[in-house]
Parts: sequence; structure tokens; C-alpha cells
Amino acid sequence: MKNSVIMAGFGGQGILLIGNMLAYAGLAEGKHVTYMPAYGVEMRGGTANCTVVVSDEPIGSPIVGKPDAVIVMNLPSLKKFESWIKPGGILLVNTSLVPPDQQTREDITAYSIPANDLATGMGNARLANMILIGAYAEAAGVVSQDSLINSLSKVISERNARFIPQNIKAIKLGAGQVHLANA
Amino acid sequence: MTEAHDLVKGNEAVAMGAIDAGCLYYFGYPITPQSDIPEYLSYHLPRVGGEFVQAESEVAAINMLMGAAATGTRAMTSSSSPGISLMQEGISYIAGSEIPTVIVNMSRSGPGLGGIAPSQGDYFQAVKGGGHGDYHLLVLAPNSVQELYELTILAFDLAEKYRNPVMILGDAMIGQMKEPLSRRPPEKGEKASKDWALTGAEGRPQRVLKSLYLKDGELTAHNWKLHEKYKAMQENEIRFEALMTEDADFVLVAFGSAARIARTSVLMAREAGMKVGLFRPITLFPFPEPQLSALAKTGKPFFVVELNTGQMLEDVKIAAAGNRVDFFGKPPGALPTPEEIFEEIKNIYPGTKG
Repeated sequence: MKNSVIMAGFGGQGILLIGNMLAYAGLAEGKHVTYMPAYGVEMRGGTANCTVVVSDEPIGSPIVGKPDAVIVMNLPSLKKFESWIKPGGILLVNTSLVPPDQQTREDITAYSIPANDLATGMGNARLANMILIGAYAEAAGVVSQDSLINSLSKVISERNARFIPQNIKAIKLGAGQVHLANA
Repeated sequence: MTEAHDLVKGNEAVAMGAIDAGCLYYFGYPITPQSDIPEYLSYHLPRVGGEFVQAESEVAAINMLMGAAATGTRAMTSSSSPGISLMQEGISYIAGSEIPTVIVNMSRSGPGLGGIAPSQGDYFQAVKGGGHGDYHLLVLAPNSVQELYELTILAFDLAEKYRNPVMILGDAMIGQMKEPLSRRPPEKGEKASKDWALTGAEGRPQRVLKSLYLKDGELTAHNWKLHEKYKAMQENEIRFEALMTEDADFVLVAFGSAARIARTSVLMAREAGMKVGLFRPITLFPFPEPQLSALAKTGKPFFVVELNTGQMLEDVKIAAAGNRVDFFGKPPGALPTPEEIFEEIKNIYPGTKG
């Protein structure tokens, strides 16, 4: 098994955080992992993306030109990365911020998930990234939901540990969306 | 010891390697993309009895390093391209005075202010000099987080063994990526004798560390002595990785981050039935020229991939001794993907076969 994913959105949406979570979850399952943040002069509101590879074999390049999956949290990210996805791959779209008529690929499986709306419904708009990573784990089956949940304590500081339970809820809500959202 | 197989950022692996190598002093000035190194050490060095000093500039940092290391204590600095340029005068003095130091360049892109994207544009500066005078750094080029850690430990050993500055040459890709890391207690190798260290001359003859030699013939002798040292490095310290080079029709040559990306391209080529090998210099000085020459003598053409417009290429051409050498350069901007390099391989391969 070798699986690569590019996650992209605005700076501040928590893209790098969920990328880290996936890498930690893969590591906990005894897999080889690489986490590669796109490194630029970024700031809140700028663009952010990262590439995570999880594999049974040692990983060559942490940079991937044809990822197995792409998660996009905003429209510029869809425009940039939709064409990169391997034929037969997976696309997860945050339809709260990406209009439905913007996708062009038909040779991939796309999941439309209104992550911001769902997060707001839970009372905290900042959970949108958790909803998407929960959905990704369910759709791609790369790591288990338990591993993902256990990785929260690695990426959330002790100071913010009180937020972990609602993050877990968001991950589970995201996983459930996969079965509704397969467009 | 941290837990085995923690997920660690490349820059942090350097800092952890320094701590595990017994480094006690760090002097530096923050610069992207390597500031995680001073950040980590500012917390951890005081806790192992060392000192972290944020200098007022890179020029100050390299001179503070020279002084601290002159006492025989393990010490280091780190910076990124423009900061390393500022340090060149001090680096030349350190090489001339034969003071063991570790200098990390998590390079960014130039020339000038350039940008912060990954680049291998500092190969010439690291390998061919940078500062003035007839000297060499020992240059190590890691391609993974684990190797960054291990080569940092090795850098301290080699610096003492040869009384020479050692440079770790990485870039924003290697420094910023995260991978699993196993930390282990450093090997208890034989430490270089420190009968040169400035520790206070009470009760013993005075020791002098200097790079100024004015007496007749003195500087000539000093330069030849340094030259002998560089020759010994070439005889004893060459490190490289050769992947599937024996049966290869041609051999891709790359170092550091470019080699890491190209590894996947080589595997893609093998899957497509093309006999391509990968040769990765780990020491850039001493350069594995004898090993590349041996490959060239079997008639294998080379394909050099670098994140610049062609620097290591010159050293590969010398080793190739007239054999065909192709080149794919990617100056800073976007990193090449493995697929992109694979496309280049597909273009070149037919012409190199047989």
C-alpha cells in the first residue's frame, strides 16, 4: 500500500494540522510516512498546502505530482490541484466555500462535503478541517479512525486539550458524510 | 532519549543530532528556513549544561563559534544562504586556524535576497570554497530526516578528526519535511586528541591557534599541511549511495533533496523496464569522483539532476572523462515532481542504450 494526498486551502484553515495528524496516524500504524509542507512566505489568508505519503514501503519522494487524493478547502486550491489527481483517485471538496459547478474531472471519485456549514452547525466553524480529515480517512481507508483520533494529542497542545472531544465528534461527523456525499 | 520513531522535522533532527553528539554551544542569527534549529537548541542546550547565544549578526555568530570551539568544546552554528555568505570570512579563518566546527546551511534560493524556496544553488560555495584562500570544508548532503540526524553526529566526529570545519548542506525541503526519526546514543568512537585546545596555559607551554603566517616559508608549509589533510579526507571519508547501478544502462546522479525526489523517478523507470540506476554523493567534499570514474569506465552515461542550473554537473563531468553527461536543472521556484524527472528519463533513455 502506498497512498499520497495533497491537502490545500487558505492559511488558517488548519491544513497543515490535519496533514500532521495523518502522518502521526500512519506512523502509529507502523507505516512509513512523509509530511511535506509547501513552504513559502505564507500568512493567514494566503494559500497553504501539504503533501502526506503513507506507505508500507520506504518512501522515495515526499513530493508528488500525481497524488492518489486531494482535499481542497477553497476554490483556488481546487483550480490548482484538481488536475493533479491520479485517474481513479479521490477528491474531497469543501462545498461550503467551493461552488458545485467548478469541478471538471469525471474519472475520479469526488466527495462534496459542506465542511464549514457542518462545523458551524456543531457550534465551532474552526472544526471544518477535522470534518474533512475524518471524511478522508473513511473514504481512502489509509489509516483507521482510531489512529486519527489518537493523533489529536500529538498536534493539539496540552493547553488546548479541552477542545479534543469536539474534534473527535467532528472527525466522526466527517466520516459519516462520506456515505452521503459520494456525488 | 525521546521515544523511538517520533515524527520529526528535518531542522529539529539536526538540533537533536547536535545534542546527542555532545554539542554544548550554539551561536546563530535567525533566518528562514532553518530557525527551528536555534529554536530547539535555545530550549535544550541550557538543560544539558550548554549555552545558546543569539548573536547580533551572522558575522558575530561565526566569530563567537571560532572562539568557543577553540577551547575544544563541541560547538556549532546554522544559517541559510545569505547568512552563510556573511559568515565566509570567519569560515576561512576557522579553516586556516584548523578549529573543529559544525556549520549547517539549510539553503534557500539566490542569488542575492532570492527567495525562501528550496535550492541547491550553494553547491559551489560549499564545495569550492566560499571564503578566500586554499581550503576545503568537509561537506555532507543528507536526503532524509534520519540521515540529517546521523550526519550531524558524524559532522562533529569528522570536525575533530581533521580539525576542520564541516558543513551540512540541506535546503528548505529537507529542513522542513517531517519523517519518523530514531534517536540513539552516539557511538563512542575514538575522539580526536585535543592537545591543541586553548584551555589556559598554566603549567604547560602556550598554545596558539592562528591563520597568520608571516615568516619565510611558513605559510607555504601551512598550505601544504592543509592540502595533506584534504587528501586524507579524499582517501578516507568519501560516502555515497549507489542504487541499482551495476546493471544500469545509465546512471542518474543527484544529491540531497533532488536525489530524494529522483529516487522515485528511477523506480518508475525500472517499473517501465528501463535499466536506470541512481548514484547519490553523500559527501560533496570529498566528492566520490573515483567511484563515479569507475562507473564511467564501464561505459555508463550519466544524467545529473540538480535544483540549480548546473553546479555538481561540473564535478560529474570530470569523473565522466568524456562520457555522455545529460543534465536536468530546476532553479528555485517549484520543486520538480518525480513524474517530471521520469519524463526526462524517458526522453534521454533510448539514446543512451547500448
